[in-house]
Amino acid sequence: MVSITLPNESQKTAHIRLTLNGEETDVSFAPYKTLLEVLREDLGQTGTKHGCELGECGACAVLLDGKAVLSCLLLAVECDKKGVLTVEGLAADGKLHPLQDAFADLGAAQCGYCTPAILVTAKALLDVNPKPSREEIRTALSGNLCRCTGYQQIFEAVEEAIVRISGTQNG
Amino acid sequence: MRVIGVPRRRVDARAKVTGQTRFADDIFLPRMAYCKLLRSPHPHARIRKIDTSRAAAHPGVYLVLSGKDLPIEYGILPVSQDEQALCVDHVRHVGDPVAAVVAREELTAFEALDLIDVEYELLKTIADPEEALATPAPRIHEYGEEGNVHKRVSLEFGDVEQGFAEADEVFEDTFFYQGNTHLPIEQHASVAIKDPEGKLTIWSSTQTPHYLHRALAKVLQMPAGHIRVIATPNGGGFGGKSDPFNHEIVVAKAALLLDRPVKICLTREEVFYCHRGRHPVLMKFKTGVKKDGTITGMHLQTLIDGGAYGSYGVASTFYTGALQTVTYHVPRYKFQGCRTFTNKPPCGPKRGHGTVQPRFGQEVQLDKIAEKLSIDPADLRLRIAETSNAVTANFFRLSVVNLSECIRRVVKNSDWKEKFRKLPEGHGVGLACSAYLTGAGLPIYWNKMPHSGVHIKFDRGGGVAVFCGATEIGQGSDDVLAGIVAEVLGLETFDIRLYTGDTDLGPVDLGSYSSRVTIMAGNAALQAAERGKAIIAEAVAEKFGVPKERLHFADKRVFDSVAPEKGVTFAEAVCLAEARFGTIGAMGSYTPPKSLALYKGGGVGPSPTYSYTAAVVEVFVDPRTGWLTVPKIWIAHDIGRALNPTLVRGQVEGSVYMGLGEALMEEQEFRRLPKKLSHALVHKFPSMLEYKSPTSLDMPEVITELIEEPDPRGPFGAKEVGQGPLLPIMPAVANAVYDAVGVRIDEVPITPEKIMKALAEKKAGREPRFGPSHFPNVNWPQALCVPPPWEGGDGNAVNDVPRTARHSTEKEKVLSS
Repeated sequence: MVSITLPNESQKTAHIRLTLNGEETDVSFAPYKTLLEVLREDLGQTGTKHGCELGECGACAVLLDGKAVLSCLLLAVECDKKGVLTVEGLAADGKLHPLQDAFADLGAAQCGYCTPAILVTAKALLDVNPKPSREEIRTALSGNLCRCTGYQQIFEAVEEAIVRISGTQNG
Repeated sequence: MRVIGVPRRRVDARAKVTGQTRFADDIFLPRMAYCKLLRSPHPHARIRKIDTSRAAAHPGVYLVLSGKDLPIEYGILPVSQDEQALCVDHVRHVGDPVAAVVAREELTAFEALDLIDVEYELLKTIADPEEALATPAPRIHEYGEEGNVHKRVSLEFGDVEQGFAEADEVFEDTFFYQGNTHLPIEQHASVAIKDPEGKLTIWSSTQTPHYLHRALAKVLQMPAGHIRVIATPNGGGFGGKSDPFNHEIVVAKAALLLDRPVKICLTREEVFYCHRGRHPVLMKFKTGVKKDGTITGMHLQTLIDGGAYGSYGVASTFYTGALQTVTYHVPRYKFQGCRTFTNKPPCGPKRGHGTVQPRFGQEVQLDKIAEKLSIDPADLRLRIAETSNAVTANFFRLSVVNLSECIRRVVKNSDWKEKFRKLPEGHGVGLACSAYLTGAGLPIYWNKMPHSGVHIKFDRGGGVAVFCGATEIGQGSDDVLAGIVAEVLGLETFDIRLYTGDTDLGPVDLGSYSSRVTIMAGNAALQAAERGKAIIAEAVAEKFGVPKERLHFADKRVFDSVAPEKGVTFAEAVCLAEARFGTIGAMGSYTPPKSLALYKGGGVGPSPTYSYTAAVVEVFVDPRTGWLTVPKIWIAHDIGRALNPTLVRGQVEGSVYMGLGEALMEEQEFRRLPKKLSHALVHKFPSMLEYKSPTSLDMPEVITELIEEPDPRGPFGAKEVGQGPLLPIMPAVANAVYDAVGVRIDEVPITPEKIMKALAEKKAGREPRFGPSHFPNVNWPQALCVPPPWEGGDGNAVNDVPRTARHSTEKEKVLSS
């Protein structure tokens, strides 16, 4: 039987510097690792989840320079000098992000496993389109599978967050 | 009430939206090693030889295990102890584990799998139940009824032939329900350690820590008291994490041998091999009715594809016949069910466990009956719907039943009368109903102990800690406990600390299955909270010299309801009680009421109470392509009382979503590899990309209405909601397709291809239908004859030994053997 020799995880020969949730961060890791693996295993940021590691479920979405990407399909070495935002970086000044608050209030998180990725994906949408329609929300979240909610309470929570954000800005 | 019935943020919401919920794979411990399993590439084979020496010598590998290291058989049901953590000499499906490697790194473990040499002797593959019936050898298991038949049951409640003789019309229909899987987004994961004292602790994504606890004790031959199982919050369960799993046992064994933490996280492909999902079921319904739609008799036969192991299959088999009588009045009922083994990943319990498939058949057949009798299908159901406090032909005692009200609400909300048979070609509506258990009335293994227990600890700072084995799988079991305790003690849910799903800390709760947590853990919590409240009230009453009945617990105070200024804070009240009585704690527990179904097999189906649901589904069908879209669904659910309406609505909509996935696209399908390869029977697509499930773009608008008449059996009147609302969706879709384009799809999922085939039949002037046409011969056992209550029956079979104790024989048989 043929045996393939894979690189060793302890050979942390790759090194990048990224801005992780607003903080300058240096990390060394085995060069084959995905951003998902480096976040969870080398940086201790376990808020980002995985459901397939094949780009099918969307549970590992993070924002790379503001754009939602699947961290399981991205090599960490590609993220040098980039800005990465995960669920851990959503709350600021001791306060939950309005999306987090609305998700909590309106039942948009049941098991909570797909939630971190849906939150950051929704944030990416609102950052470029502060008043999306229901259809635009649907489309933006169509790569994030959720098996618990049936999505309806997620849509409502995003819409509620939009109202709360605009209320804050006007107030 | 200030907490119960108020839509509110669930207690664990903050953890979930900040990414702080710690799922099993989020656990990283110092010195942790990683485990991978080598799985069989063959659907059916003997293991001739297994050589792990090369893998064991591989740098970075700590341990290699094979079947001989864990030979003791286990399984969720006492009657089906047929699994081994690593197969010793017989593999039964592609994906059956044969060896395990534990290494310093996950990749090293993965790499070393290739260094294990296994010699297989291939056996004939059995692909489906018909083949299993026709192929007694080789046997997939050495137990069961005979050959590859795992379980056969035959029950008759009243003379069903007499029922057909009294009917004006008799309908015979066959249906097929394809298997599908849970697809929780979280892959199963476990971490085991030998704790500093030398005992075993395992964190695992399990819905049933208590049953895992028992399986570990059995296989590892350790006292259960030296094993601690901690169910981490499940990233979705839906029944798929309800069995004790081989990977859990393997990492436990490895951690004990290596004296270091060992983790495993399954790949998505492996999750498909764990399966335990919906059984594929072929069904034949024969139903006699009067001209007014009254049912005179029903005979149901089910042929069930069990896959490679027993799992919950014996219970699943009974469930395919249990609840037909709970929705509509069936005066005479015969049920025959047969489960076979096949060389596919084992089937088990998925949301609606075993009742989903026959619900589809029954509701579609009722639609056909209504059409033939020229009765509106909603009106037909209103005529035959079961009513409160009835006892069914198979001796299930109903409590509050609001099925009729559910039907009336969806009819009104959907504008049914203006739409049914009145919409243009290609546009249709369909209606269906269902009933579901609010908790299984009997435990999985026979015992007389409570099904759920709760401890509450009160501290001097006013802190209230709730300890319970209940397992949070996303459904909100922690919130149910906190809500009930907070309501009773006049606190907020934020004031309650929860310690759940931990076999060391909390009393046993049997697990998150059969929609049992709200009623069972909820009633246990209610009892414990009331007992704690009584102790505190006594001390406060003494201080103020008022009768304790006059005290009120609200707004974090305990006060005289006549003179509210006379009172203390809750924390002060606890101190008064502690000074008076010593350390304050309270316990509660819950055991379901005794069942009337004394006959053998009557252990599956009884429940303290049943939930009811009605749904109307609207569809568009493009007759040129068969493409089916669902724009809107109206649903009404008889919940008893919604403890937290936000979560209840989420359960209803989540059930609708999952039902729609089953109706339209989800299938656990298999195919043969090409002959020049191994010709093995393999999973057609063990990936999330190919196993289609609805996305946010596929989800229709759902209009949910809750019918709230408190049920005296439920805590604050609550009944189940997690499973029942899934059941009517698939048949309502099928009935709506018929309304839209006039073809019957008697098979789930209802795909464009099947619609096109049925439309072609219609065009050719043949029966406008797609579905199975025959039901194979099964060597049925002689039926146990149980006269229904209205024929003077006492719950026993007249042709079996009378039984008095109220528990299923299946379990008793095993314990005595």
